[in-house]
Parts: sequence; C-alpha cells; structure tokens
Amino acid sequence: MSNAMTDRRDREVLTPSLREIAADWSADQEVFRHTHWGKAMMWIFLLSDTFIFSCFLTGYMTMRASAVLPWPNTAEVFALTIGGQDIPLVLIAIMTFALISSSGTMAMAVNFGYRRDAKRAALLMLATALLGAAFVSMQAFEWTKLIHEGVRPWSNPMGAPQFGASFFMITGFHGLHVTCGVILLLIIASKVARGHYDRTGDYSSVEIAGLYWHFVDLVWVFIFAFFYLW
Amino acid sequence: MQHEIPSTDTSVVHEAQHHPISLYLKVWGYLFLLSTLSYLVDYMHVQGIVRWTLIILFMLLKAGLILSIFMHLAWERLSLIYAILVPPLVLLVLVRIMTIEADYAYWTRAIFMGGGG
Repeated sequence: MSNAMTDRRDREVLTPSLREIAADWSADQEVFRHTHWGKAMMWIFLLSDTFIFSCFLTGYMTMRASAVLPWPNTAEVFALTIGGQDIPLVLIAIMTFALISSSGTMAMAVNFGYRRDAKRAALLMLATALLGAAFVSMQAFEWTKLIHEGVRPWSNPMGAPQFGASFFMITGFHGLHVTCGVILLLIIASKVARGHYDRTGDYSSVEIAGLYWHFVDLVWVFIFAFFYLW
Repeated sequence: MQHEIPSTDTSVVHEAQHHPISLYLKVWGYLFLLSTLSYLVDYMHVQGIVRWTLIILFMLLKAGLILSIFMHLAWERLSLIYAILVPPLVLLVLVRIMTIEADYAYWTRAIFMGGGG
C-alpha cells in the first residue's frame, strides 16, 4: 500500500531521465552495463587523472598567489624571434594547434573504425601520433630554451622561483601523458592495420584510445588558459 | 573482447557512432577559432577582469566541445555523464581552501619575512 504510494509520488516528482539514473545506480554493478567495459574503465581512469591534474593546477594557483616576487610574464618568456621580430607565446600557440588537429584526426579515426574502414582509421591514427610526437618535440625545445635561460625547479632569474617548479611539474606531467598516448596510438594503429579488430569484430579499442587522446588535449586546454594565458 | 551487451544495445551504440565526418571538421574549426581568439586575448594585451573572463569563457567552450563531441559524451547515458562530471565539482572546495591558504602564506611572507622567502 505505502509502496504503491511512494511509486506514484516518484513518478510525479521525478523526470524520466532522473528515474533512469536512479534505476541504474540502485542496480549496483549494473550502472555501466550498457557501456563497453573498457570504455567505462577508461572513463574512470580519466576521472582519477582529472584529479591529479587539478591538484597540480591548484598547487600552481596557491604558489602563484602566495609568491612575493613578481611572476614572470609568460607572453615574453615563451616568445620566439621569427624574422627579427619577437612574437609573444607563438610556440605555445603552434603547440595548441598541433594538439587540437591531432584531436580532430583522432575523432575521425574513431569514426572510420566504427565504419570498419581499417585503412583510413589506421592512417588517421598514425597522423594523430605524428602530431603528438611533434607536440612533444616542441615541448622538449621549450624546456631546453628555458633551462638555458637558467630556469630551474627551485629558482628562476626572471622572478618568483615558484614559476620553475610549476612549469616543469605541469608541462612535464602533461608531456609524459602525450608520450604515453603516442605509444598507445601506435600500438592500436598497427593492430588496426593488421586487421586484428576486423577479426574480433569490435573496434571499441580505437574509441578507448581516442578517449585518452582527447583527454590529453582537454588537459592542455586548461594548462593553456591557466598557466600560459593567465 | 566478448562482453555481454544485449543485441538491442549494440545496435544503438553503432547507430550513435555514425556521425558524418563533417561534424568533426566543424568542431575542429570551432576549436581552431576559439584557440585563436584566446591567443588574441594575450596578443591584444587585454588586461584585468575582461582578460580573465574571456580566457575562462573560451576555455570552457573548448572543453565542452571536446567532451561532448570528440569524446561522445553527448550521446552517452546520463548515469555515465553524471558519474564523470559531478565528482570534479568537489575540486572547487579544494580551490577555495587553497585560496585562503595562499592569502595567509602571502601576508605571512610580506609582513614577517620582509617580503622575501
């Protein structure tokens, strides 16, 4: 009797989508039943990674807000002289475009994977990996430049010593992620090219690798905004 | 890679993945545009509250595009979307706590350590 009443009240109060969430979660391990297990696991990994990068960025915020010495002007620090002219932040802009383009090619690779077009999917993944490798190379160039200018994790001739610590920590950890992503992409791309997923009939691995890659791009969006532009 | 998905669901998943390539090209274009705009904020020396607002705005738009289209979040079940997007909100608490902490550290340094340290 009381059950029936609660049921009716639920139906009146809750929208269909909210009821769907309640049904999914109240079914314990059934929450992600409709999602490919690998995809659900990748999302949970990415969620934990979100917290890692958020801790870095929050740490950077704390250091920058509590620094007594002036914070270096990133527009000047990351400027390059091209054709006798100082262009502010140009290397970072190129890196951003490279990473966004790699995300674009990756999204298309996933799409071609689901269309069972192994050749195009593999080629697009290879293009993604190349753009990623280009990104890491530019980052290595940027690190070399800053180290030559005397920036260290504990000191920096341009002002607040905290700048070096947050720069090397944040971009280093992101660069590590990109490097791992390039390796992962190359492995999956070679499996696609060899027809592995045609045999299993399941191209989800391409999408899962894609999720990781887009996440790396997503993190860069936040680093670009908070570290380079702020 | 055998997993237990009812046949109806697999068909739903496969239908959901058949977006035209033009959609991705369009999002790619938007991301380029937004990145250029946020670069221009710096290039044009926009300062103060306008600068921070624009940076955050472009950042959130880019993040939204990547999450919803590239990462297919727009086509996932709401349970999964909420499981991913709600937990990071607690980070705002951390940010708030650390702002207070940073303020304290700054004034301690400024007042008691002679502006050094």
